Amino acid sequence: MATLTPTAGQAISPDNSKKRRRPRGRSSVWRWVVLIVAGVYFIVPLYAALRFAGLSGFKDVFTTPGFGSSLWLSIRLAAVTWIVSMLLMIPTTVYVHLRMPGLRRLLEGVTILPIVIPPVVLIIGVLQVMPLALRASVWLLALEYVVLAMPFAYRALDAGLRAIDVKTLTEAAGSLGAGWLSTMWRVILPNMRTAVISATILIVALVLGEFTMASLDLKQTFPVWIVLFDQENAQISVAASIFALFVTWVFLMLITVIATRQSRRTGGGEVTLFTVAPQQTIGN
Amino acid sequence: MTAKANETGATAGVYAPPAAASGSPEGTPVSLRNLSRAFGATKALDGMSLDIAPGELIALLGPSGCGKTTALRIVAGFEFADSGEVLVNGKDVSGVPAARRDMGMVFQSYSLFPNMSALDNVGFGLRMRKTATAQRRSKAAELLDMVGLSAQAGQYPHQLSGGQQQRVALARALAIEPHVLLLDEPLSALDAKVRLQLREQIRTLQQRLGTTTIFVTHDQEEALSMADRVGVMRDGRLEQVADPSELYSRPATAFVAEFVGTMNRLPGELAGPGTVTVLGVSCAVIGHGGHGGAGSPPIEDGLTSGPVDVLVRPEGLTVAAAEGGNGIVSGRTFLGATTRVAVLLSSDTEVRIDVLSAAASAMPPGTSVQVGLPPTPVLVAPRQQ
Repeated sequence: MATLTPTAGQAISPDNSKKRRRPRGRSSVWRWVVLIVAGVYFIVPLYAALRFAGLSGFKDVFTTPGFGSSLWLSIRLAAVTWIVSMLLMIPTTVYVHLRMPGLRRLLEGVTILPIVIPPVVLIIGVLQVMPLALRASVWLLALEYVVLAMPFAYRALDAGLRAIDVKTLTEAAGSLGAGWLSTMWRVILPNMRTAVISATILIVALVLGEFTMASLDLKQTFPVWIVLFDQENAQISVAASIFALFVTWVFLMLITVIATRQSRRTGGGEVTLFTVAPQQTIGN
Repeated sequence: MTAKANETGATAGVYAPPAAASGSPEGTPVSLRNLSRAFGATKALDGMSLDIAPGELIALLGPSGCGKTTALRIVAGFEFADSGEVLVNGKDVSGVPAARRDMGMVFQSYSLFPNMSALDNVGFGLRMRKTATAQRRSKAAELLDMVGLSAQAGQYPHQLSGGQQQRVALARALAIEPHVLLLDEPLSALDAKVRLQLREQIRTLQQRLGTTTIFVTHDQEEALSMADRVGVMRDGRLEQVADPSELYSRPATAFVAEFVGTMNRLPGELAGPGTVTVLGVSCAVIGHGGHGGAGSPPIEDGLTSGPVDVLVRPEGLTVAAAEGGNGIVSGRTFLGATTRVAVLLSSDTEVRIDVLSAAASAMPPGTSVQVGLPPTPVLVAPRQQ
């Protein structure tokens, strides 16, 4: 790796160094100002919520009827949404990258539709056309979440695939005797791990916090339960919100830390929500 | 342009292997029969035929878009020919998927699996063949040792340099004991020094193992230094297939002559069939008894008389300082033992001539010189405007 040392022409005189230090100091102050303002913006409401809920709210929340069942439903929905999204999106993105790269733009356009179309419109449309049996089932919501999560899942997976040379890796595996399944399982998927984890984070965060669709679908997921219970006991409702926030945050941090550690071991980048750093190489 | 038969080509258009290739006799014979492939209106391959002897290393050389990579990918099974067939050991493998062709391939871009260590990369093909773990690891370690990377067995691709990655890729391709080894410009992403080392290593290993090898490159130096035979391609066809020395000294066409090595174009005049006058000297034309045997067709179809360009290598011309000579030295490039002297002829043509450096020192730019051509057979091509 190149080291950063000043060359003769760039030698920093005492005067120059003063000139350079001043803007750096100013930017450093601004950095702190922005950080403090952002911190206050996020922490004050949380602190207010904590004060409002009080200790009793946290004690009672776990024994409140509906808390466990709604949280469990949200977790199951997140799991099913993740499984269906991955089964649908991974082969699709890989296939488009390998065989139909010209369709990538079209696919990008299609996957952005769930963001453009309001969830209310989407859910009303879905309820009109779905058979009754499926409308009564809680898993319809999972299918709707798959559509809702599609833009995020696709972008994360697409970024992951762009970071690796899928075509060459697939051909290399093929020339060594690997069939399509072996290539996917042993070569493509392990190298998409970072992208899959990013997609997972987005899907889980989305499902655990989604209210509109679940509410219109008349399913009591955790966010719906929080809103409904708020009319009965606001303290417990706020405590439940903070608990949900904490659990989601811990879960996402855990995924990020584990994934980043695994990714770095094989030369990949840090796992973030939207970007996947390209593989590192050390030149010739 | 039709491929010309030459001394190594048995029949017109089909290049047969030499009687004995330098590789081991256990290698696999490969034949490409009349391969054609079009991408839209572009013909990538236009009836290419080639016979490769067991254990032979053949280089496909040509400019970008000449079809060399398409030919390699058809042999590998990643592309399919519109017509024609690929015979490996006498059997047509055109319909066999790449995974079942038993061909090891090294790609231009580093194609190691980033999630696997060097050892696991090398063992991947054996794993796909369900080889027992202990045997697989032992064989992979042996291959890594062969390419001099035992110490890097546990390292991941991102921890290896480009040259090391290509050596692992080579070991990985050889681990499956392939019928044919396919090399798709494996050295082009490497720096000059590593490239030189690796090409020697590839050649040594290939000769030791006797694996039939097809090597695609656009670098003539690589092709000429590594291959038993070189096939020069143009517009989807083979212009000539010959061993490196013949390709250089007796090119079959003007394209080959100019693509391989440096070539001067001198204005000449065809004075009847088989004779050309250039620099005041009358020379035989290659293809009219001068080379290729009596009765061979002229080197460029349709050239019988009139103005032509005569193609001569820098070492094929002579130059000496002379008052009132036919040219003036316009520049010199020191190459070590020899110096390439650029001379502007009175016909407003610039030629490059290789002379011993000691002699070249007496010819600084501006010196009047006499450029001459020994009366040896020469190549002719249509006059370039």
